[in-house]
Order: sequence, then structure tokens, then C-alpha cells
Amino acid sequence: MTATSDREQMAYVSAQAADARVNVELDTGDMTLNIGPQHPATHGTLRIACQLDGEQVVVAEPIMGYMHRGYEKLCEVRTYPQCTTLINRIDWLGSFANEVPFILAAERLMEVEAPPRAQWIRTILFELSRIANLALFLGDMGVQIGALTPVFFAFRDRERVLNQIEEVTGGRFHPNFDRIGGLKDDIPKGWIEETRSVMEKMRTFCDEMEDLLVGNEIFQARCRGVGVIPPEVALGYGLSGANLRASGVDWDLRRDANPGLAWDQVDWRVWTHPDGDSFARYWVRLQETREATRIVDQLLDGIPSGPIMAKVPRIIKVPAGEAYISTENPLGEMGYYVVSKGDLGPFRVKIRTPSFNNISIVPWVMKGVYVPDVITILGSLYFILGDIDR
Amino acid sequence: MTTLLALPYWQETGIKLGLALAVIPTTSLILVYLFLFKMMAFMQSRLGPNDTGPYGTLQLIAEAIKFLQKEDIHPAQADRRVFRMAPVVVLASTFLLYVVLPAGPDAIVQNLDTGVFYAMAVSSLSVLGILMAGWASANKYALLGGLRAAGQLIAYELPLILAVMGVVIQAETLNLQGIVIAQATGEIFGFGAIGNPFILTQFLAFLIFMIAAQAELTQTPFDMPVAETELVGGFHIEYTGFRFLLFFMAEFGTAFAFAALASVMFLGGWWIPGFDVDDNILNVLGPGVMLGKILLVAFFIFWVRFTYPRLREDQLQKFAWKVLIPLSLANIVLTGIFKVVF
Repeated sequence: MTATSDREQMAYVSAQAADARVNVELDTGDMTLNIGPQHPATHGTLRIACQLDGEQVVVAEPIMGYMHRGYEKLCEVRTYPQCTTLINRIDWLGSFANEVPFILAAERLMEVEAPPRAQWIRTILFELSRIANLALFLGDMGVQIGALTPVFFAFRDRERVLNQIEEVTGGRFHPNFDRIGGLKDDIPKGWIEETRSVMEKMRTFCDEMEDLLVGNEIFQARCRGVGVIPPEVALGYGLSGANLRASGVDWDLRRDANPGLAWDQVDWRVWTHPDGDSFARYWVRLQETREATRIVDQLLDGIPSGPIMAKVPRIIKVPAGEAYISTENPLGEMGYYVVSKGDLGPFRVKIRTPSFNNISIVPWVMKGVYVPDVITILGSLYFILGDIDR
Repeated sequence: MTTLLALPYWQETGIKLGLALAVIPTTSLILVYLFLFKMMAFMQSRLGPNDTGPYGTLQLIAEAIKFLQKEDIHPAQADRRVFRMAPVVVLASTFLLYVVLPAGPDAIVQNLDTGVFYAMAVSSLSVLGILMAGWASANKYALLGGLRAAGQLIAYELPLILAVMGVVIQAETLNLQGIVIAQATGEIFGFGAIGNPFILTQFLAFLIFMIAAQAELTQTPFDMPVAETELVGGFHIEYTGFRFLLFFMAEFGTAFAFAALASVMFLGGWWIPGFDVDDNILNVLGPGVMLGKILLVAFFIFWVRFTYPRLREDQLQKFAWKVLIPLSLANIVLTGIFKVVF
């Protein structure tokens, strides 16, 4: 004990007591605020039950399942070609990308491989759906923070990409175009040139977003240092995709575990950001969109000629076995664990979706933030509700 | 002051009251159509309303009819009386603002000697209505919105008033007409050909006033009390139909009134710079000149609204207390020094 007089000690104790009394008298109690299930920021029906102290979040708990559609079970009672119809609807903004890992898993079990031309077109469509998906994020993040204009630009320019996807597949949202052993059709005439000009426009769109949001002081003030996720926590919660890369982890399945698509044929790089905050997540996705347009440009240059379907039987029976294939989807790692018993349809399908894991970090990252930051963090984690509740 | 027409007091008051009553819906319609419908659509590369009537002008009528058709819903837990009063209080504050806004040498409802003081006092009444709405709705989002509005008021009333002080010191009057005349007859260091619009000599005050007004009007980047993507409308989340329309009208009516205040205090109000025109002609031309200036100011208010993201409440408070208030105090000191020296 230091040499303090009794008098000082008494003063200290009484001051502490006064503080405690004030705290008790002014204790307002916590308020429970349900953000969702019907809330514009959850773009779907996610519910976040927040305990608030004033405007500060004490505990936030994501509650999901309002849109559970039972796709894993439904897949068991369908044939392999029918499954893709369901799978399209998991991450509805990047729907073609959803089909690819499932088809690849089925192909691995059947030991067929799509011809190179099909692989290249698959990769192009994969990247196009990535651009369509991320473009909407780039605008939507502005709306979450209160800027109304970017999202209209995003919808306008995303439409161009969707048009390109529609021209090949016939579907804007749910192409259902990937087949075991290849693709349904070849690309139409003149499509390559059109896509090239669309890619040019998407790069302009990225520049616009950089001007409107990334360079804006208010945007930076709202995003920098908000929702910081250190790399080890990100890895611990199983984050993937841009959320992980924004925490500085250099991990991209397109490069690290390419399941046979054409990404190894082109020159591109993986973007990471050391900060791990909401701004980093936005920035990484912006760079990824740009990189994806470059990937598409290079792929368009070198589409090999040849058939687009391998030789597969008319009635597809997949031999017994198990396969897990995951790809780097717009939202992160999406994988399908397919178990076959040699029937027309899968015996069991386990779908690993990125948003489910990405949203699991919410209780950790939202401790102590303010209510507006809840929206910023939710926006920057970027989930699709169909991707959380399959 | 000579009046244009010699009317009995009650007739004159009746006419003025009727005009002021008509002015709020008209002005908010003008702002909504011009800025919210047309300019916003243009900035966001979409069309905006263009089918209803010529250039979509009748869209507003359609919207108003739509609002009138909606069911009037009270939340079960709501404090019904306060809930109903709140939009009226907000609208009343807007209405009272119009009383002192001059549109010509004689075209003013009541020429108060303390016009500036009155306008500042009355404009902060609206927050009372917002707090009432937030509390009475029995909704947590509405409550958060109402409390944010109250916090915002305390932070932003101060720089608003302090910014106006600079103008008052320079014009040596609190009377809004007097401020216009001071600008018309003033001169900048002996150069008096265009008078002295205070935006030139009080530019800092103008900037602070516009920023604070943006917060006072709860327009983006300071729209935390409303915050559509976060509080889903904040204090007016539970309002439907006509009561919501009252809030909506008050929002744009107040935006118009603040643009008018800014143009009176900084742009010279109804006075045409560089022209020496007879008072009676100005009584006719004045409202037009005033409208032009108001739309110019309103254009900036809405331009910022459509472009910027929203700040967070604590960042707003920091900005108000650490930047705006010291700046406006410095402006008062500077103005005082110049006033004494020159």
C-alpha cells in the first residue's frame, strides 16, 4: 500500500461510491432491438437480435432459417441434371457460379471431363456472374451507408452483364446451363465482341464507384476501422472469399485449388488488404471486379475450338463414390459434397455455402459497435440470404 | 412603411394568412417535383415520373391522392393523442417560419423587428414534434430516430445561430427586411455597384449556415433521424396516409423556408443586384427574384443530399462541436473586428 493518508483514501472511496450510485440511478437497462427479419439492410429475411445499451450493441446474435428451402434434401429426390435447377437459386445473384462446383463433382465421380472449349466458356460465365454479383455489392454498400446514387448505377451496369449471360444461356438469373460433361449450347455469333465492350463499361463503372464512394471522406469515416476482423479470427470463423482476403490472408481457390477450369491459363492476381475493416472488404471486392473483367478479356481472346460436350450417356447414372469440389464463388468458398450410390440422383448432397460461415462472425465482430455500424458491417460482409439458408 | 393597398386590418391579415397557408404545399410540391423527382432521376441515370401529365407534373397529385386513400393506422401501444399531434407540430413550425420571410419590400406577412431571432426559435420547434412522434409511436426504431433528432438539434442549432450572428453584426439589425436593405445599400470597401450580398463578406458564415441547415433539415449526410436503410424511416416509421404526408410536406416546406432564409441573409433576398428599381415594381418582381435565389440554394441542398453517404451520430457531434462551433465563433470575432476597424 502506498503512503496515502486516511483522508485521501476516504475521498477516493466516497468518489467511487458516488460514481457507482450515479451509474445505478442512471442505469437505463438494455433494449432489445430486432434488426430484421423484415429490414432493408438484411436484404432478405435475416434477423439480428441486438442488445443495445443506448445506441451501442452489447450482444448481437444472427438468427437465420426464415428462408430455409431444404435444397440438400430436395436434391436427394432428383436426378443429377435436375439438381442444377435448385442449385441456381442458392446465391441468386451469381447463379451460374453455383452450378459449376456441383457439376464438377458429378463429373469427377463419373470420370468424364468437359472438353477445353466448354471449360473456357464455363470460366467466362463464372467470371461474368462474379462481376454481376459484385457490381451490385459495390452499389449496395453505398445505400447501406446512405448514398442513394451508386446503387442505381450498379443496377444499370449490372444489366449489361446479365444481358451477356442471357444471350448465351437464355436466363438472366437462373441460367441452368451447365451440363455434366460440358455445356448446353455454344456461344452465339458476335457475343465475344459485345462482351468485350461490356467489360470496358464495367471497368468504367468501377472507376465511378471509386470516385463516388472509395474517395469520399464520409464513406471512409464510416468504413475505416469499423468491423475489424484480424486474420486469425477470420480463419477461425471459417470466413472465405473477399472477407478473408480483406483481412490479409492470401487465399483464393481459383489459384490454390483450381478444379480444372481455365484460370491457370490467364494472367491475373489475387488482391488482399491488410486492414480487415469494412473499407478493406469494399476495396478488395472493387479490385476483384476489375480483375474479373481482365480475366474475361483474356479468356475471350483464347477460347479454343472444339466440341462443347464430352461423350456422356443419355441417361446419366453416377457410379458409387464420394466427391467434394469447392470453387471460389463471388461470395467465397462454395463446395458440394456429393455422395452417390450409383443411382440416377445423388444419395446425399452437402452444400457448403460461403455466406453461412461469413455471417457466423457477426456476434464476434459486432460487440460494442453502434447501430449504424451494424448496417455497415452487415453490408460489407456481403451475404445473400439464399446462400445462408439453402 | 407605405402599403400598396389600403385594406382593413382583418382583410389584410386574412389575405396574408391564406397566402401563407397556400405557400407550404405549393413550395414543397415545387421542391419535390423539381429536385426529388426530376433532378434525382437525372443524377441517377433513370427517367423519373414522365407519364402522368406533361413531364410527369401531375405525378404529385396522384401521390397526394394515394396518401389520402391510405388507412390511418395507430400502433396498438401508441400514445394516440401525442401520436396525432406530432405531425401537426412539425408542420406548424414550418408554417410559422413563413411568417417572417420577406418576398418584396411590402410582401411580408409580419415584419418583425426580431425576425432572425424569431425564425431561429421557431425552426427548432419542429424537433419537439419529431421527439413526440418518436416517443408516441411505441416503436424502438422511431424512438432511436427521435432521440437522434434531439441530439442533432442541440449540436446544430448552435452553429446555425452563431453563423447568423455574423450577418446580424454586419447588417446591424435582426429584422429580415433590414438585412435585405443593408445588403442592397451596402458596399464592400467603398465598392457599392452591386451592393453587398453577404455571401461575399460572410462566406464562412454562409458555409456554416448551409451545413447546419442540412443537419437541421435532416438531409443526407446528416439524415440519421430518418436513416432509411438503418432505422427504416426513424421517427415517422409508424405513420401512414395523410399523417405521413404532413411530415413529408413539412420536410420539404422547411427545406424551402431554410433556402429562403439563406437567400435573404446571404444572397440579398428580393433585391436585384446592380439595379435600382422602384419599390412597387419590386413588390411584383421580388417574389420571382426570391424564388430564383431559393431554387439555387435548394439545388445545392439537394445536390449534396443525393451525392453523399450518411455520417454516424457521434461523428456528427464531433464535427459540430469541434469544427463548426469554433469556426463560427472565429467568424463572429473577425466580423466584429472588421466592423470596428472599417
